[in-house]
Amino acid sequence: MLPFLKSWKVLCLFDRKAYTQQVHKRGEFMELIIGQLFNGMSVSSILLLIALGLAITFGLMNVINMAHGELIMIGAYSTYLTQNLFIDYLPSSMFNWYFVLAIPASFLIAFAIGLILEFSLIRFLYGRPLDSLLATWGVALMLQQLARTIFGAPNVGVKSPTWLDGGWMLMQGVVLPYKRLFIIGLVIVTLFAMYLYIYRSHAGRRMRAVMQNREMAACLGISTRRVDATTFAIGSGIAGIAGCALTLMGPIGPALGTYYIVDAFMVVVLGGVGKLVGTIIGALGIGLTNTLFEFWTTASLGKVLVFLCIVAFLQWKPKGLVAMRTRSLD
Amino acid sequence: MLAVQQLEAGYGESVILRDVSLQVRPGQIVCLLGRNGVGKTTLMKGVMGLLKARKGAVSYNGADLTKTAPGGRAKSGIGYVPQGREIFPQLTVFENVLLGLEAAKVKTRTIPDEALEKFPVIREMYGRRGGDLSGGQQQQLAFARALASKPELLLLDEPCEGIQPSIVDDIRDVIRSIKADGKTAILLVEQSLEFVKSVGDYFYILEKGSIAWEGGLESLSDDVIRKYLTV
Repeated sequence: MLPFLKSWKVLCLFDRKAYTQQVHKRGEFMELIIGQLFNGMSVSSILLLIALGLAITFGLMNVINMAHGELIMIGAYSTYLTQNLFIDYLPSSMFNWYFVLAIPASFLIAFAIGLILEFSLIRFLYGRPLDSLLATWGVALMLQQLARTIFGAPNVGVKSPTWLDGGWMLMQGVVLPYKRLFIIGLVIVTLFAMYLYIYRSHAGRRMRAVMQNREMAACLGISTRRVDATTFAIGSGIAGIAGCALTLMGPIGPALGTYYIVDAFMVVVLGGVGKLVGTIIGALGIGLTNTLFEFWTTASLGKVLVFLCIVAFLQWKPKGLVAMRTRSLD
Repeated sequence: MLAVQQLEAGYGESVILRDVSLQVRPGQIVCLLGRNGVGKTTLMKGVMGLLKARKGAVSYNGADLTKTAPGGRAKSGIGYVPQGREIFPQLTVFENVLLGLEAAKVKTRTIPDEALEKFPVIREMYGRRGGDLSGGQQQQLAFARALASKPELLLLDEPCEGIQPSIVDDIRDVIRSIKADGKTAILLVEQSLEFVKSVGDYFYILEKGSIAWEGGLESLSDDVIRKYLTV
């Protein structure tokens, strides 16, 4: 099976057959609809989280960053390391709090690696998207091998904190797992922080200026080098947060990133390059349609149908859902 | 004072400017004239640092800027209103003006009144996106953005190109009031002879990438104009 189809299995929340039988038995469709809707939202939230970092590095900076998945993987292993540090050095009563620390730790480690990557490689590749694709793919392979060398080839498990076990019983037959709710919350917080940074801070204004007109931004006294480096590092850091969240969904391994890279690009391209709103709508669109198709067919076929829809949609609107339109860009 | 010495610059393999030297004294308005394609905009880019000098030097107030990036030149007090305005299309008008503060010597978050008093219309359009403005409005915005950092030297590249006559008059008034203040020098590229004659102190004429003539307003005779500027 293709590697990216595996990710979809992880995302599959409900046992479909059992579910339909149950529904047919009782003839209640309300819980089915709510359950599927929640499932769709949950898939969307994960898609959005893995795509947000890419929306910056690819969407804003036009770097086809194939190592994005590996930055997610780095975030996941950072969480694993934080967990191990807590087990080794702190009393077990503290263990549950490791995850609170793991989120900023994943961000910072991925941020730092993004910074190194930008400084050593990416800065030579601006304006050359195809070269950046090949080079970052190479980086991706190297990072995977590095993870294999350090942590070993088999998957490792990250134990979720106990306060995320169980779920919220919405009604008879519909339980919303806390982990899923937590991820949805994490996405909302991340989005809000990104919005504040990009659209409300001085650094964000400089960043948007550089991405829109590099030469003119430089002529106004903005250090474009510093802006480029920070922007790429922030995109990488957000990938790290996504990796941290993925540890809640199952075991993690060196090839974790390869499962998600296709999805991430799909969301950004469908949403329209360069717009945060587009990425959100893209993730929701793919997540909800996927849940729907998956419910009607099977996990694999559902995904194939989603891909077909995306291909057809991009034929119709090649620039994605939210395209930039203004007088000066014509 | 801006001093350009024996500057050579160009794009890729082709050399556009050869052995260009010029000076702009504090408070002076220096106009750069010449037919199309003689290298006026290239010279502006060379002064701003968008094009690297192959030979020669650019210095400002005694400091050598030849190797300095555009950002550093902006911070040393050079403001730039480029040809085509180069407004950030997706940013609001207010954000565009705020970016003008990046090069200000005194770090501030407030836009100085001098930048906006000449263009009251800019304040009214604060919430609109820069890309949605008309050409004339964008030109006024580009001026306000450049003036926000209180530059001591302003590079103006064809500020009146494709602008309606009433705004051309506004721009002329702005240049005159800057001249009256005496704090900011201007290096002006402009096609309209009538316009440059009404504001300029000193003139350089470029031909084939070199300075062919220079002199004050009184020596800019019809003969000179016929020889170097008439098409």
